Amino acid sequence: MREFDYQRVTDVSGALALLGDDPDARFLGGGTNLVDLMKTGVERPARLVDIRRLPLDRIEAGEDGGLRIGATVTNSDLAAHPEVRRRYPALAQAVLAGASGQLRNMATVGGNLLQRTRCGYFGDVSRPCNKRVPGSGCPAIEGEHHNHAILGASGHCVAVHPSDMGVALAAFDAVVSYETADGPGELPLSEFYLPVGDTPHLETALPSGALITGVTLPPAPVAAHSRYRKVRERASYAFAIGSVAAAVDVRDGAVHDVRLAFGAVASRPWRARTAERTLIGAQAGAEAFAAAADAELTAAEPLPHNAYKVTLMRNLMVAVLTELTEEAAR
Amino acid sequence: MAPSTSSGVTLNINGEKYTLSVDHRTTLLDALRERLDLTGTKKGCDQGQCGACTVLLDGRRVVSCLQFAVAAEGREITTIEGVADGDRLHPVQQAFLDLDGYQCGYCTPGQICSAVAMLQEHAAGWPSAVTEDVRPEAGPPPLTTDEIRERMSGNLCRCAAYVSIVDAVAKAATPLEGEAVA
Repeated sequence: MREFDYQRVTDVSGALALLGDDPDARFLGGGTNLVDLMKTGVERPARLVDIRRLPLDRIEAGEDGGLRIGATVTNSDLAAHPEVRRRYPALAQAVLAGASGQLRNMATVGGNLLQRTRCGYFGDVSRPCNKRVPGSGCPAIEGEHHNHAILGASGHCVAVHPSDMGVALAAFDAVVSYETADGPGELPLSEFYLPVGDTPHLETALPSGALITGVTLPPAPVAAHSRYRKVRERASYAFAIGSVAAAVDVRDGAVHDVRLAFGAVASRPWRARTAERTLIGAQAGAEAFAAAADAELTAAEPLPHNAYKVTLMRNLMVAVLTELTEEAAR
Repeated sequence: MAPSTSSGVTLNINGEKYTLSVDHRTTLLDALRERLDLTGTKKGCDQGQCGACTVLLDGRRVVSCLQFAVAAEGREITTIEGVADGDRLHPVQQAFLDLDGYQCGYCTPGQICSAVAMLQEHAAGWPSAVTEDVRPEAGPPPLTTDEIRERMSGNLCRCAAYVSIVDAVAKAATPLEGEAVA
């Protein structure tokens, strides 16, 4: 590991000043991803600015029904918060589906959004990777890609975003707040992650040197009846091979409101807007759910070893929506 | 101020203060084992995946291999050497002894530290990934075998002593019932 300077900050302006425009400096949050990447040489910062003790560790429940989540709130505190569990149960479930108890106690909300892909080629500095070394190539396309993207990828990178939390945040229209030396800004999560194209190394629309300060969830009554379901290769403590965050409100048999987002299928949490549009007003039931899933997955471009994900996501979406509607009808 | 790659730190471990100079690259795990002779905490994968290095930081379980020592300054660190009350073993330690919650023993300090904090998380009403209904109105989930397995999934045991580990954690969760039976 490269030697590094370490500074701890207690206010946002101090954090921004210390990071400056130094390309070799990084903010250190929970460290569950960054420290690991430093050990393998994927990340080689010369300075760490420790933001773990910034006063951004609060969750504020708005009277309007929304939530404001500070960037240094840990995954554990987010998932345990009564208003998260009441207003957005799928968000609590998504967080609890990720990592282990130990890692959830360390990891933070801001860091979760910025975590890097678990593509094996990205993590192996002896191999080419367009995300790690632009222009070096993507061995995954011809190689090991059974857990890679089926949606929104490119010929330059087929890696998936590993977050569970982000999938639920995408379903519920989260907005990311940040600070820069020039002042604050906001990005809807739908615009936070950049399209892959030929620049897979550019992952987010955050301005250079920006610090994520929090995430806002607007009120969403439909989210009170929501679910996150994750498929993985072992029963616990593994990244998803596919996941769905879903919320649905059925009135008189017809879909009144619905939210759908997919995980582990793209370089970002994938909001399934085509499926949502297809479902609004439709008669709730397996037939409509399957048709909506097919409409969303028409855009899928699977590789030889991950075509199973198309069927998996279709069945997962139908199953979760069926469960939610049957429970509501009881 | 010129950048520096090491710092003097004071670490508060098991109620005692330790002052030392650390290279910033030193993990809390390596500081405990290599610098402070607190070798109860074990190094397994060194990548945050196995849980052998689990310690408590301000009462919460974390993996010490992904925690830089310099960043732990000012926080209360509890290692396996600090979970007992003097000569009186922690109920989790006693349950592991009583029910053979181990085989080779290498993962055991991490399992015990993890279980100590996990029982507190459960007592505080935290749901888990296998909790049927996470809404607060549903009340705290009973600590079933499935709940214990899910909540302890961050601690691997290469000997696969899981059956006894789960039994030990369950016994520690209900010490009074355990005594009544015994």
